[in-house]
Amino acid sequence: MNEGRREFLQMSGHLLWLTGAAALAYDYVLAGEPEAAPNYKVTEHWWAMIIDVEKCIGCGNCVRACKEENDVPREPFYFRTWVERYHLPEGDLEHPVVDSPNGGYDGFPEKYREGDGSKNFFVPKLCNQCAHSPCVQVCPVGATFESPDGTVLVDKDYCLGCRYCVQACPYGCRFIDPRTNTVDKCNLCYHRITKGLTTACCEACPTGSRQLGDLKNPKDPIHEFLRTHKVQVLKPHMATGSKAYYNGLDGSVR
Amino acid sequence: MGRPFGDREHLVRVALLFAGGFAVFLLLRALLVPEGFGVYGHFRVAALDANRQRPLVYAGRSACAECHSEEADLLRSGKHARVGCEACHGALARHAEDPAAQKAVRPDSRSVCLVCHEANRAKPAGFPKVVVADHAPQGSCADCHRPHAPTPQ
Repeated sequence: MNEGRREFLQMSGHLLWLTGAAALAYDYVLAGEPEAAPNYKVTEHWWAMIIDVEKCIGCGNCVRACKEENDVPREPFYFRTWVERYHLPEGDLEHPVVDSPNGGYDGFPEKYREGDGSKNFFVPKLCNQCAHSPCVQVCPVGATFESPDGTVLVDKDYCLGCRYCVQACPYGCRFIDPRTNTVDKCNLCYHRITKGLTTACCEACPTGSRQLGDLKNPKDPIHEFLRTHKVQVLKPHMATGSKAYYNGLDGSVR
Repeated sequence: MGRPFGDREHLVRVALLFAGGFAVFLLLRALLVPEGFGVYGHFRVAALDANRQRPLVYAGRSACAECHSEEADLLRSGKHARVGCEACHGALARHAEDPAAQKAVRPDSRSVCLVCHEANRAKPAGFPKVVVADHAPQGSCADCHRPHAPTPQ
């Protein structure tokens, strides 16, 4: 009798596995057609950005435009995009001196002496829109995700404000919005690019140092640029699948 | 070895257990999984639309050129061809929507030009830079340079 019960329980256990399999199959059946988005097909784009370091003049237009367009908190430590100034004593790639006063919002007052043998340049930073994003992997509630068009977005209604993603981002691109206590980051001006406009930072950049590109559009000039320039992504060893391509990036940039 | 499924009753019990488990799963799934979750991936489809719900602040240079075609043509002819209108005149989406709602500002050339052209060691070598205190201690930049097509005059 006891043995019969044991086998019965074992068999029930196996059938419970089957329940799980059936549940998964049912899930698959339920996943129907996505909601129709008028004029914008989310699966027909794959957004990326080119950042030409050799053209950046550190004017801060992008930082100001981004804050205005996306209503980023105006305190000087909240940014969706910011500009860094690198200062390298000759040949010392290991110890760059980096500053970013107010993220470059007010420009960069000169603070280095002429003729000190150093190298100086600006590097604009923003969310790299990673294809294999560490911030997405750690989100416990699916509130941050890689959209099918290659942008990394935040679902503000489901974000808990747990800050895992803020720590996970290797590029420091995320912050907690003090007004909503949810996470915020560059969404590549999603409200603009889905209407056929470029991002606010690209719109305001006077030198064309930043250019939005759609890798799924064969006519986009980004393809020509990527073919003809030696580009690099930030922290390639982390294999994040970054889609912010830097031209003329110095080896000292972190 | 006993006969675990010798009785029909046992089979029925297992079937009921299975059906019950499935019903509980369906109920929990309906209660817990938000609408549109999993259509494209591990997120709600509605979040895509939520990200699109934001009014424009920058209209974009093509919107400007629809009315101000003369200025746009002049701009394209000169060295400032890459510079967007709103890079100097400020964000003007409301103006593009309704010209009466928001007035474009004529920027003070001495401050707006120097945002880009004041000398700084970190600026690229080829970019035109001046130390304004030496270059023109007083006056407006527009006295000598046309901002829309700044060829030397």
